Amino acid sequence: MTAQPPFTTVIAGSASQAIPASPRNVAHRGGPANPTAEAIERQFAGAVRRVDVVWGETSVVVDRARLSDIVRWLHDDPSQRYDMLVDVTAVEFRDPEQPIEVVWHLRSLAYRRFLRLKVLLEKSQPLSVPSVWAVYRGADWLERECFDMFGITFEGHPDLRRILMWEGYREGFPLRKDFPVRGRFSRSEQLRQALAANPEARYSMEELSIAQAFEDLPEEMGKRLATGDQQVGE
Amino acid sequence: MGLSPRPDRQEVSHGGEPWMVTRLDMLVNWSRANSLWPMPFGTACCAIEFMASAANKFDLARFGMERMSFSPRQADVLICAGRVPFKLAPVLRRIWQQMPQPKWCISMGACASSGNGIFDNYAVVQGIDTIIPVDVYVPGCPPRPEGLIYGIMLLQKKIMNERSADQSIRREMEPDPRSQLYIPPPAIDELSENFGNSVHQKRSGL
Repeated sequence: MTAQPPFTTVIAGSASQAIPASPRNVAHRGGPANPTAEAIERQFAGAVRRVDVVWGETSVVVDRARLSDIVRWLHDDPSQRYDMLVDVTAVEFRDPEQPIEVVWHLRSLAYRRFLRLKVLLEKSQPLSVPSVWAVYRGADWLERECFDMFGITFEGHPDLRRILMWEGYREGFPLRKDFPVRGRFSRSEQLRQALAANPEARYSMEELSIAQAFEDLPEEMGKRLATGDQQVGE
Repeated sequence: MGLSPRPDRQEVSHGGEPWMVTRLDMLVNWSRANSLWPMPFGTACCAIEFMASAANKFDLARFGMERMSFSPRQADVLICAGRVPFKLAPVLRRIWQQMPQPKWCISMGACASSGNGIFDNYAVVQGIDTIIPVDVYVPGCPPRPEGLIYGIMLLQKKIMNERSADQSIRREMEPDPRSQLYIPPPAIDELSENFGNSVHQKRSGL
C-alpha cells in the first residue's frame, strides 16, 4: 500500500482502494499479541489459562491464586514496567453458567503497552480476588466501586466499603444480572431508607482529616510544618 | 404537591379581611415576588440551562434574581435543576429545611419533576415532590431558558396571590417521624409509577 497524505478528501463512491476497517487496519480477532503475554507464561508456568487478542488488544486470563504475584512482577520487572492501573472492573454475562470476569487494565507507559488481565470467578464459589492495592494505590476506589456494584470482595483492601451507593444500602449489588433495574424495594421504601441515611456518615475520618495527609508528607517538610520553623529544611 | 393540595391546607374565606390588610398583602407579595433569591441545586444538564438563564442574554436579574444564593439560609426559592439520586435525597431535604420561610421550590426539568422515564432505575428519585413540596414544575429535557423564565413568572403570579390570613402556606411541613416521608407511601408509589411502555417489573416490598 502506498503511503497516503494524512488528509485526503474521499468523495462517496469514488475511492480507488478499499478503505481500511480501522485506521491501523487491525483485525477483530487474532494478530500479534502483546509480548508480555508470552513473558507471563514463561515466568509463571501454568498460570495463564488463555490469551485473546481482540481488536489488537491482548487479554490474558490468569489463575486467581497467582494474580498477586503476576501483578507485582508486571509492575516491578524492568522488562515490563506496567506502571499505571487504568481500571478495575468486572463483567457478568447473561448466561448463568458463564463465570464472572474480573478485569484489570494495565498500561506500561515506558513500553507503550496495554494489557488486560482477567480472572474468572465461578458463581458457585465465593466471589473474591486478591487486591492489588499494595502495588497500585489507585486501585483503592476502583476496587471499592467494583465491590459496590458487583459484590466482589478484594482481599487485602484496606477499606472495602460502598462508594457509589450509600452505607447501609440493603438492596444488593446493582450491576449483577439478577438485580432488577428499578431495585428490589418499592419506591416509597427506597425513599424512606435513603432519607434515613445520614449524609455525613459516608466519609471516614481519614478521608476528611488533614492530619492523615500530614503523616504522608516528607519527613523534613513535616518537621518544618510541625515546628513552624522556616529554616529547618535548608 | 403534585396531585393533591397540601394535607394541612385550610380554606380561607375571601372577603373577610379588612381593606388595609389586603393592600398590605399586595405590597408584601409584590416585593417578595420581585426579589426572589434562588438557591440553585444543579445536578445535571438543567443546571447548564439555568446558568444560561442567569447569564446576560436571558438575564434573571430582570426578575430580581441577580443574586444567586449558594447558602440556603439566605435563599427564597430552591431551583432543583437535574436528576436527584437517592443518595442526594437527604441532602436536598436538609437544604430545604435549612431555608427560612417564606420559601418556594421550582422543579426544573423532567428529571427533577418525574424521574424522566429514562432514569427509572434503582438510583434515581422519581420526582423531587416525593422529598420536598414543589410550587412550579418546568417541563423539558432540559427546558430552554424561556421555559424556566415562564416558570419563574408563574411562581411570581402565585406569590402575588398569597394572603397573609392563610397561615397554612407558611407553616413548615413536618415529615412523618417514623417514615420521614411527607406523603403516604402508596401515593409515592403511584407518583413513581412508570409511564410509557417500558418494562414493567415486579417488585417486592410494600
